[in-house]
Amino acid sequence: MTADALVLMLVSIVLIWGGLVASIAYVARRPENDHMPEGGEDTRVPD
Amino acid sequence: MAEHPEAAPHTHEKREHWSGQTAFILAAIGSAVGLGNIWRFPGQAYEHGGGAFMIPYLVALVTAGVPILFLENAIGHRFRGSAPLAMRRVHRNAEGVGWLHVAICFVIGLYYTAIIAWAVSYFFFSFGQSYADDPAGFFTGEYLQLGEAGTVSLSFVPQVLIPLVAVWVVTIVILALGIHKGVERLNIIGIPVLVATFLVIVVRALLLDGAADGVGALFTPDFAALTDPQVWIAAYGQIFFSLSLAYGIMITYASYRRRRSNITAPGMVVAFGNSSFELLAGIGVFATLGFLAHQQGTTVAGLDNLAGPFLSFVTFPAVIAEMPGGAFFGALFFGSLVLAGLTSLVSVLQVISAALQDKFGLHPRGGAVAVGVVSAVLSIIGFGTTTGLYLLDTVDQWSNQLGIVAGAITMIAAALWFGRRGHELERHLAAVSTMRPGRYWLWLVNAVALLLIYMFAEKAVSLIRDGYGGYPGWYLAVFGWGTAAFLLAVALLMPLMRWRRDIDRFHAWPSREQLALPAEVGERHTEDYDPRGRT
Repeated sequence: MTADALVLMLVSIVLIWGGLVASIAYVARRPENDHMPEGGEDTRVPD
Repeated sequence: MAEHPEAAPHTHEKREHWSGQTAFILAAIGSAVGLGNIWRFPGQAYEHGGGAFMIPYLVALVTAGVPILFLENAIGHRFRGSAPLAMRRVHRNAEGVGWLHVAICFVIGLYYTAIIAWAVSYFFFSFGQSYADDPAGFFTGEYLQLGEAGTVSLSFVPQVLIPLVAVWVVTIVILALGIHKGVERLNIIGIPVLVATFLVIVVRALLLDGAADGVGALFTPDFAALTDPQVWIAAYGQIFFSLSLAYGIMITYASYRRRRSNITAPGMVVAFGNSSFELLAGIGVFATLGFLAHQQGTTVAGLDNLAGPFLSFVTFPAVIAEMPGGAFFGALFFGSLVLAGLTSLVSVLQVISAALQDKFGLHPRGGAVAVGVVSAVLSIIGFGTTTGLYLLDTVDQWSNQLGIVAGAITMIAAALWFGRRGHELERHLAAVSTMRPGRYWLWLVNAVALLLIYMFAEKAVSLIRDGYGGYPGWYLAVFGWGTAAFLLAVALLMPLMRWRRDIDRFHAWPSREQLALPAEVGERHTEDYDPRGRT
């Protein structure tokens, strides 16, 4: 494998897998918006 | 709704729900990650500039994939319905756009099942390695018993028919169990198993002789390719097809989220999760191809069948045959094809089932059986025979390459240009999500629509002028353009039928007032909106 192929592979891995890790961390840290407008409660659905 | 005539306006109609955010994310990833991630992405990247392809690919992910994913999620979540119902609530005359999505899913479901059935067969063949001696001859001759191209046969192939029936039975059962007990459970178990299996495959592949050369072939950049517009179109096409956009799937899946749900940030997880799997698959596939080239004393460039069904069912069996411990590797590979396919197939059929439930007031079980039985019969007649592969190849060109692009253009046109819901959807996302879509979101969606119109025109001209795949004109007229005519007919005729439920007693939440918009759609608004300032 040539050096430029290796660099492109590593950059792709960092950006794409890094993007996944970062977006999971973002959702995990703040799963829901605490400032939603009022209302919007759903009625329960019986199974 | 009918059972609660006393319900106050802020209580809402009953709808099935995901059990939580993680379940939704896994189901959406399960839908997006399909056969295209495994056999389309690596070949596309290799053909279009290798490592350099990653640049337009990433640009396309951020500028088209994520914005359209947000749009579909916003439509489904705000207007809470299957594709036809949600689109009708977007604009009174846009119901047909939703039915176009449903018709595309119907057609794709018919042949997608056949490919999963082949993978089921090959999973079992792996243990005895019956394909080892002559993989190409085995696939088209012994297994598919392929007849003549451009003909239609009703001679059934039992070894295709049996797994095909089995896949349909399993799929109908999953759909009939409903969102929570069926679709969600399949994905909560299936997606982690799929990722773990593929990690084992990739690690094993990287340890083979020649693996580094194979991965090198995938990532060796040809920067000159970046000046070729076709390379950019290929990147946008890959992102688009891979993320399952404009099938109505994300509209349908988002409609099963609770109203008070975070939409954009989980969407980012889905988008990056899909591309992450695709990248993993690319490394695994090319490491394996590097091994095959090494064994045959050639380079990856000297190999045939680097993409599509032939990559999976001819090239991979050739690798498995030459590899120590091939039986185990083969079972893992075909097992993961089955899982990746099944989680996508279920999402495609859920679009149809949900639409029938909404339109005809059916229970999930009724919707699933209605879709399943009709589809299963057609699928078996079309794809259980000796000419199934040709039909699949042809129908895929028209439904996938032409139909889906039309589904996306009409969806954007209905929501933004005719329905004038752009700001409403943008503020909806901002109001419920932890991450705002941003001021460039609508701008990007409009720009993507223009690109899609160009892609549609280019594809249509090429199909009209050059035909496809060397099939005879009558065959393409019946099965290719016939597919397009079917999609159009469904989109035009289904809106004429009556809704069996009261769909107009619907209040979007947050209300337009809560979003600082005038009551009437299309009226000019001047007031700025700060989602944090209006709690």
